[in-house]
Amino acid sequence: MTERSTLIYRALRWWPIALLILFLVAPYSALPLPGLLDGPLGSPGSLQLIALCLVYGALATGYDLLLGRTGLLSFGHALYFATGLYATDLAMLELQLPFAAAALFGIGCSISLALLLGSVSLRVTGIGFSMVTLAFAQAGSILVQRNPGGVTGGEEGRAAPVEMLPDSLVGIENTANLYWIALGYLVLTLAVVHWTVNSPTGRVWEGIKENERRVEVLGLRPYGFKLVAFVIAGGLAGAGGVVYLLLTGGATPQAATSDATLALLVMVVLGGSGTRWGPLLGGVLYTWAGHRLGDLANSAAIADLPAVLRVPLSQPLFLLGALFVAVVYLLPGGLAKLPARIRAGRSNADKVGVPGPAHSLEGGTT
Amino acid sequence: MDTVVLLTCTGLGLGALYFLVASGLSLIFGLMDVLNFAHGALLSVGAYATWWAGTEGGMSFWLAVVFGTAVGTVAAVLLELVLIRPLYNRPRDQILATVGVGLAVPALLMGIWGADSRPFPQPAALSGTVGLFGAIVPVNRFVLLAAAALVLVALRLFLSRTRYGLVVRAGVEDRAMVTALGIDVRKAFTLVFAIGGAAAALGGALSGLYFGSVHPGQGTSLLIFAFVVVVMGGMGSVTGAAVASVAVGLVQQFANYYTAAGLGDLSVVVLLAVLLLVRPRGLTGRLA
Repeated sequence: MTERSTLIYRALRWWPIALLILFLVAPYSALPLPGLLDGPLGSPGSLQLIALCLVYGALATGYDLLLGRTGLLSFGHALYFATGLYATDLAMLELQLPFAAAALFGIGCSISLALLLGSVSLRVTGIGFSMVTLAFAQAGSILVQRNPGGVTGGEEGRAAPVEMLPDSLVGIENTANLYWIALGYLVLTLAVVHWTVNSPTGRVWEGIKENERRVEVLGLRPYGFKLVAFVIAGGLAGAGGVVYLLLTGGATPQAATSDATLALLVMVVLGGSGTRWGPLLGGVLYTWAGHRLGDLANSAAIADLPAVLRVPLSQPLFLLGALFVAVVYLLPGGLAKLPARIRAGRSNADKVGVPGPAHSLEGGTT
Repeated sequence: MDTVVLLTCTGLGLGALYFLVASGLSLIFGLMDVLNFAHGALLSVGAYATWWAGTEGGMSFWLAVVFGTAVGTVAAVLLELVLIRPLYNRPRDQILATVGVGLAVPALLMGIWGADSRPFPQPAALSGTVGLFGAIVPVNRFVLLAAAALVLVALRLFLSRTRYGLVVRAGVEDRAMVTALGIDVRKAFTLVFAIGGAAAALGGALSGLYFGSVHPGQGTSLLIFAFVVVVMGGMGSVTGAAVASVAVGLVQQFANYYTAAGLGDLSVVVLLAVLLLVRPRGLTGRLA
């Protein structure tokens, strides 16, 4: 390697910092991004959408702590997100707590619930664990929708009390502040995931993902390590719920549905499970695509199509489901593994007659 | 007393519905390690096909049920051949592919027939009630029970008396060994998917009878209770699924009646949690 290319390589390693700075100053920019965003970059509408993308990117990153790092396929992650969301909102509405205390209360509720339900559902392994987490999350979703004692507001949800939020977090002119909070939450999530994955505990997680029996043979109990991952991921999701509450100004029952967890799963798989940036990328893309597909479905171009094309194209969930199947098929490892796949494809093309390992990119299976 | 009888019949009817969904789910899981998230979609396909045949197709009710079940079976076989089989060596991706189908198919149904519930054609013979120990019980509960009992007996006979059943049972126990013996497990996979799809589609057709209407999300909401049933019954066990279905249906009905509405769904989950704490391997003690 020449001196110059080493230098460039070193400089390129700092791209996350450069990107972070770009994101930090984005609210000051009036750059129009036609096609990508409706308004200029710094407009409240665009900032709101970007912030939402960042929150989902962070949520997907936190969820991947279970799926991609520990090999736990949880179908109930939305429950902890919704707990943070609802508990914070209700602490303000019903207990009259100030926002900061309510946020701490909400995150505390998420962590306690993750500890309680995780300790039960981790008693089963493999796909049984997935189904049990799904059942718990479904119970939470039903509870929210039944509106016990008029607390959750049922289908309507509950709006956050504007008068109890700090003034700097309310109103369309303060969207930039919410955006920075979302960015902060993303950085926090990335830091927590990066730090824990590289800690001794993280190495045990990796071992559990590869082969749980082997970890047992080494004299470690996987149960405790898995519970730690479950609780950390639950706490991160709860914090995401707090940011989401600020961003959307209320709690709605859609946050608690099993579809919400499946959306997280789609994000992680789309971006690339078990990679550092994949889940973030998947979360951002999914959220952005979801919004743009919604616009597309209502557009005149779609309305004029014959029914055979119009009906599927007007259903965002159909498009996302189909896209998901396509990603699972054509892009094992997700978008994050795409460059490596292209490179592998090229070098394989050089060696004539040597087919690439078809399933080498496949992660461990439970 | 009459309330108890009515609740029991309704609970058993609901349990029958759960069993129709869960039996296929359990077999597919036991044999292939695939948690079929598209199973609810198969149920919805069966329900809508029956509804379509009974209203717009102008078929009689029983013919419509046969038609709906056939459509569901074909859909299940297509699902296995087109989506599941190419991912043979990637079990987790098989699950993820079914998640995608489970999202896409209800959305497609919603796109074609709208998000609202459609009233389901009720034949006159099944819309009445019967007196039983002083309670007035809708006839369709017994239809569901009979259908579930029939499926259970047929499945047990198939599994215990036929060659293919033997292959499936052996495959559930140890897939690697069956493959090593030179038996093509893939045929058994397709077969099990067809059976599961048929049972789910029949469940869909009869769920229209039970609820009086069909809507796109019906399959997904039933699927979650079917998952609970599969875990409680012990993975891969058809008999376990039957016992758990009855338990879940009854607990849900009684809790919904004697406590606040909606607590029945919660009590099912509590039941699951308690069972897992006492017996982590489910009722039949099978490994998850």
